[in-house]
Amino acid sequence: MSKTTSRSRRSGIRRGEAASGWLFTAPVIILLGVFLVVPVLMALWVSFSDWGGRGSPFSSGVNFVGFDNYSAILSGGGLAEQDFGMSLKNNAWYVVLVVPIQTAVALGLAVLVNRAILRGRGFFRTAFYFPSVTSSVAITVLWLFLFSTSGAVNKVLSWFGINGPNWFNDPSGIVHNFLGLFGVKNGPSALTQNSLLGVSWWDWLGGPSVAMSAFVIMAVFTTSGTFMLLFIAALQNLGGDITEAAMMDGANGWQRFWRITLPQLRPTLFTVLTLGLIGCWQVFDVIYTGTKGAPGKTTLTPAYLSYKSSFIDQDWGQGAAIAFILFVVIVVFTIFQRWVLRERGVSKRRMRLYQPSITAADEARTDNADSKGALR
Amino acid sequence: MQRPTHRWLAGGAVAVATALALTACGSGFSGSGSSDGASGKLTSSDKALTVMIGSSGDAETAAVKSAVSDWSKSDGTKASVIAASDLNQQLSQGFAAKKPADVFYLSTDALAGYASNGSLLAYGDQLSNKSDFYPSLVKSFTYDGKFYCAPKDFSTLQLIINTDMWSAAGLTDSDIPKTWDQLQAVVKKLTGAGHVGLGISGEYARIGSFMTQAGGNLMNEDSTKATANSDANVKALDYVKTLLNDGDLKYAKDLGAGWGGEAFGKGLAAMTIEGNWITGALKSDFPNVKYKVAELPEGPAGKGTLQFTNCWGIAADSPNQAAALKLVEKLTSKDDQLAFSKAFGPMPSIKSAADAWKSANPELVPFLSAADYAKGVPTAKGSADVVTDLNSKLESLATGDPKTILDATQKNLEALLK
Repeated sequence: MSKTTSRSRRSGIRRGEAASGWLFTAPVIILLGVFLVVPVLMALWVSFSDWGGRGSPFSSGVNFVGFDNYSAILSGGGLAEQDFGMSLKNNAWYVVLVVPIQTAVALGLAVLVNRAILRGRGFFRTAFYFPSVTSSVAITVLWLFLFSTSGAVNKVLSWFGINGPNWFNDPSGIVHNFLGLFGVKNGPSALTQNSLLGVSWWDWLGGPSVAMSAFVIMAVFTTSGTFMLLFIAALQNLGGDITEAAMMDGANGWQRFWRITLPQLRPTLFTVLTLGLIGCWQVFDVIYTGTKGAPGKTTLTPAYLSYKSSFIDQDWGQGAAIAFILFVVIVVFTIFQRWVLRERGVSKRRMRLYQPSITAADEARTDNADSKGALR
Repeated sequence: MQRPTHRWLAGGAVAVATALALTACGSGFSGSGSSDGASGKLTSSDKALTVMIGSSGDAETAAVKSAVSDWSKSDGTKASVIAASDLNQQLSQGFAAKKPADVFYLSTDALAGYASNGSLLAYGDQLSNKSDFYPSLVKSFTYDGKFYCAPKDFSTLQLIINTDMWSAAGLTDSDIPKTWDQLQAVVKKLTGAGHVGLGISGEYARIGSFMTQAGGNLMNEDSTKATANSDANVKALDYVKTLLNDGDLKYAKDLGAGWGGEAFGKGLAAMTIEGNWITGALKSDFPNVKYKVAELPEGPAGKGTLQFTNCWGIAADSPNQAAALKLVEKLTSKDDQLAFSKAFGPMPSIKSAADAWKSANPELVPFLSAADYAKGVPTAKGSADVVTDLNSKLESLATGDPKTILDATQKNLEALLK
């Protein structure tokens, strides 16, 4: 291969191809370089420096401080660590709730909308996709109105005799509230006395605050439409033959969905989960326009905290460090999820169902072994 | 938000890249530019001035614009006013790029951050009207022993009373509470169908007034020592907790309002503790509510309340500091401050304007009287975060332990001073 290339490079007609190649890709390389690579490297430097926000981070007065910024966030014992722990806790619950729910809802909608017998499919498709097209700032503002104390949501709840919570002002965790129904107000001391990142285990397990839950509902509402579109595209790509074969084998609708359709959607599922995961960990705009971390810091997220430490508190090093820790968190989660969704070889036990001859031989061997065991 | 773009990262990246680009083609990478920061030597040039403000609305923007253009005409230096949509962010970008606005609004909690990284010019001692400012305001803008910037205006907290509910409860002017005990009795009487006696925002910026009445505050006046868990503060929170548990005092959010003024305007609370900005809000949103302003009651240590203020910052990297200083002197002059006050409500920061203001706003006199005893909020770098943390704990003060809450705040404040 390399031989042909080197020969072709020498052989007149293809000379200068490499140069044109570089020329044509140059705009993108320069754009990515100036707006992505250089800033990311600069931010990386800032996260290891004591830059105070005045002038260039590369000027002479800025010093390398090693892992000081990182250790202040991860083990400082101060407010910075507490805030970061709190933001991780909030965002982790947000991810744990939003990603599965939005994926399930998107898949459900896609399957419904994809059915040939449904009248007005186009209408429903547009309707479900609409929230995704709308600006997230506009939806956040709408949400603040809907979920205000005397807002529409609480009004509807009151028809059912439910005294709605004070949504965006309620910092109590929903798991705590649920336990509170059974009279559990304080956690066991094993959980309350020990802490991770300045937040006690009891608080880590407390669930998202009521305020964060409203954001969870909003995230599901706004993003399910986008991912529904991905699922529809994937569903339309599936051939009908396998499903028909399953039908002939007597599989009912439920079995066909779980055993035939869903496994074929694995690549799309991976895409949707990854995009969902990344988007959820980076949630910033709704927090910025909505609550700015209030109430009681329970809607603080690492992305917003990074912004706040930098621009408001002038702790640029810590702000940059948070951004890079967040990056690591996202990468770890994505790798983990890739590992969970990996293609697995069919297990031997399963294989038996499909290959009668092996099954027979296997069974004979097991029988043999069994009888031997019995003999002994 | 869920969208797979790295939007916030990209946003930050663009900002940093812009900073890089601007520094690269601007004043160069090294050194502190044209100013050596030493007092007495102001940069001077014929460059135009940029004034950046965080405006509360059109009235404020228009008032500042007209004042600045008046100065511009008489002085001959060009000047333009920018109303920032996010003041702190836009200031930060300017400082990082070494192309900051020359003159700008600066809040007390942002002062320490910008002063410590050298972005600000400490020009306070060069003001010709320096001695005219209230001393407590000067303290709020003193960092590391240097008087940084001229207080723009200020506000204080006082007691706002709904006069209809007041008389409906059979109370008269002589019942206006002078002590904590009297306040407790009055709020009990005022609590009735559909409203509580006192409704306030559940945060340090309101509850802190009780701390000052008890003789405490989160930090000393220079913000060099943390005093959060003092006995006075514990006493203050114990008192507030009692009112909360009696059901006579409620936080605005528990009443279904965003802040004390809204709870008051909607008639959910017969009294509230707010600053002089409430008059504007009541006029525009709740014009039918009749109210009067009274001084907060005296606590164990006498009168006390909190004050809030902003100053006119001047950038250390401004190429025309001399003109900027002259502009600030004009903007803090008696005439301009009274004009600002008329346009959007704050109180003048200079003593010489007090009498004129009092006669123009006779019903708001208690706010200005507080200038003699009001205390500022902490200004140490990072103290705003500690206060936010304290606020989140004050939300559950009714069931919490004041001493524990204040101990945590003390620990956080002490960490700032290291």
